[in-house]
Amino acid sequence: MHRRLSTTLFLVLLAVPAFAQDSGTLKKIRDSGGITLGIRESSYPLSYLDEKQQPIGYHIDICNRIVDAVKAKLKLPALKVTHQAVTSQNRIPLVSNGTVDLECGSTTNNEARQKQVAFAPTTFVTNVRMAVKKASGIQSLGQLGGKPVATTTGTTSVQLMRAHEKGKGIDFKEVYGKDHADSFLMLETDRAVAFVMDDNLLAGLIATSKAPNNYAIVGEVLSIEPIAIMLRRGDPEFKKLVDDTVKGLMKKGEIDKLYARWFMSPIPPRQVNLNFPKSELLKFLIESPSDAPAESY
Amino acid sequence: MNYHWNWGVFGEQVKAGEETYLDWLITGLGWTLAVSLAAWLLALLIGIAVGALRTAPSRPIALLGTAWVELFRNIPLLVQMFLWFFVVPEFLPPDWGLWVKQEMPAKEFATAALCLGFFTSARVAEQVRAGIGSLPRGQRDAALALGLTLPQAYRHVILPQALRIVIPPLTSEFMNVFKNSSIAFAIGVMELTFQARQMQEDSEQGIETYLAVTLLYFICAFTANRGMAWIEARTRVPGLIARTS
Amino acid sequence: MGEFDFTVWGPSLPFIRDGLLFTLRLTLIAMSGGIFFGTLLALARLSPFKPLSLAAGAYVDTMRSIPLVLVILWFFLVIPFITGTPVGAETSAIITFTAFEAAFYCEIMRSGIQSVPRGQVWAAQALGLTQAQTMIHVVLPQALRNMLPVLLTQTIVLFQDTSLVYAIGAKDMLKAADVVGKNYNRPVEMIVLSALIYFAICFSLSLAVRQLQKRVAIVR
Repeated sequence: MHRRLSTTLFLVLLAVPAFAQDSGTLKKIRDSGGITLGIRESSYPLSYLDEKQQPIGYHIDICNRIVDAVKAKLKLPALKVTHQAVTSQNRIPLVSNGTVDLECGSTTNNEARQKQVAFAPTTFVTNVRMAVKKASGIQSLGQLGGKPVATTTGTTSVQLMRAHEKGKGIDFKEVYGKDHADSFLMLETDRAVAFVMDDNLLAGLIATSKAPNNYAIVGEVLSIEPIAIMLRRGDPEFKKLVDDTVKGLMKKGEIDKLYARWFMSPIPPRQVNLNFPKSELLKFLIESPSDAPAESY
Repeated sequence: MNYHWNWGVFGEQVKAGEETYLDWLITGLGWTLAVSLAAWLLALLIGIAVGALRTAPSRPIALLGTAWVELFRNIPLLVQMFLWFFVVPEFLPPDWGLWVKQEMPAKEFATAALCLGFFTSARVAEQVRAGIGSLPRGQRDAALALGLTLPQAYRHVILPQALRIVIPPLTSEFMNVFKNSSIAFAIGVMELTFQARQMQEDSEQGIETYLAVTLLYFICAFTANRGMAWIEARTRVPGLIARTS
Repeated sequence: MGEFDFTVWGPSLPFIRDGLLFTLRLTLIAMSGGIFFGTLLALARLSPFKPLSLAAGAYVDTMRSIPLVLVILWFFLVIPFITGTPVGAETSAIITFTAFEAAFYCEIMRSGIQSVPRGQVWAAQALGLTQAQTMIHVVLPQALRNMLPVLLTQTIVLFQDTSLVYAIGAKDMLKAADVVGKNYNRPVEMIVLSALIYFAICFSLSLAVRQLQKRVAIVR
């Protein structure tokens, strides 16, 4: 009731017909002759920009396979693919309002988000940990009492740190970067002694830093998060196509090749190798694909 | 639109804590007001001084004022914020630098207020200079002829008139301070925009969050506008053409 | 950090150039569009027809009371509802800045129009010009001329404000610098470069404004 009232209110406010949503993403793609992929600029190595500022990465490759499947299904070989850079602030509204059809970034699949959007089967699992300077000798969260700890505004890591703080009675001085690069810069310039974030992102930032050997990823795992490609909710036809494509990749072992290419070999722009083997949970999720939210792990 | 509305979200508890989202927004509003007002105070003090310097008869002093204005008004605020936060401390002696970066109390707040204050001071200085320029030359000459020194002439004759003249354009700048303070989130000040980003991530109710925050900014700027209008009405110089609006 | 490495500036130049071109295009379109719609808004605000002047006033006051970065976000989210199809970040930025800057140019044009002596209007009407002709041929040219320095100063502000399109991921100069900074993990060097470029352009413009002020100043 509440929901219908406010929806009506919003539409009256805009005094324009709602964007035709009932017809589904596939119809929208067929009608417009194009599909828009949401991309991230520095989510290594899932979705980021190369030296030509073109989007590349593990999730971009997977999305391109989905686009191929869309082309085949709609018999539209000349489908136009557009990229739209998204941030963690605008990615969900942009998927909801039809700007982005498929978000190929690094979005955690959790219950709160499932109210707004749908997710493809989990294609990556990240552990939230911390990066420190080796010289600091920090090995565990317990050593951070009273020290400045960096994280990025508007990410789930903030909540995790707070929850942990409460549970363990540790008192961090939280400092916030507006994006991961800024947060890492805080660690680099000693504004913070640790940076709490998804471990794949930390590995990417360290690998591209000025002195990769000065940093280490240490400490307990604050959270295990399933990362997945995001699409609009309530669109079973498109969801099935996406699910089938991703499951197909997993069944045929193609996902392992993609994984090896992005996590276990040198990658652009600076040809560094993240050396980031698959976690046990990810291996399991490739065996038996699932789009269950983080809360179920 | 395929959006799950939830207007009750503001009363809900945040994920990791006892407070509600409304508490977050109120904290954010507090920091927005603190940064804006501190920056405005700084901008007024420096801006009036620099604006007056720019009209000084001594060329080097006037140039110094000009240099200040050009430096701070010709670089986007977002870039200045970044420079103050990440670059300036690197040029301090290492011990001081480390103190500024780790120990200084309310370091994000201080950096943001300083940066926004300097940025705004350049614009205030321009208005003050224009205000002084619009006064008839006779005012200064008469003051000097009465035996006042130049600083006295500024203090008692020129500035009191010029400041009243520039209240309308300063109103705009005062409103701008509140709006520009939203950029302070970039260095981690926990003001409104920052809280909006947190709340959006925590609750996944982005549109409700941003509507509420937009409304709060609107109220701030509107209050600033009315406040300045009140001051303007109280301090109007009799005999000059009053600008209405 | 200590040592800076400015060699990163070299490979960044093509992207900086592309970004700068977008920034300039955005500034020019928003300026021309903003002055055009701003003048219409100013005329509406000065109109004796109350509903029109109230509506224009409300629009201007609203735009002036909301941080630009939020306006950019809102337009990006709302435009797809009005057009029916999503537009890219760049188009959205152009529409947003034109609409937003119109409110600021409106206020400048309004005071410009009010600065034209009433005698000019009376003289034009005595010559038999209609109200529209008076506006177009007598009042607006003078208002524009009087306000030229202020309009340009606002344009400098607009040029700097375009840096806020990062919020929707449009590729302006600052974004290009930012991405290169991330690619090479040299954010500080890149932000210093963009600061220098912004300063060089804005400072030249503000010198131009000062020259113009001297020439435009009407001798009274």
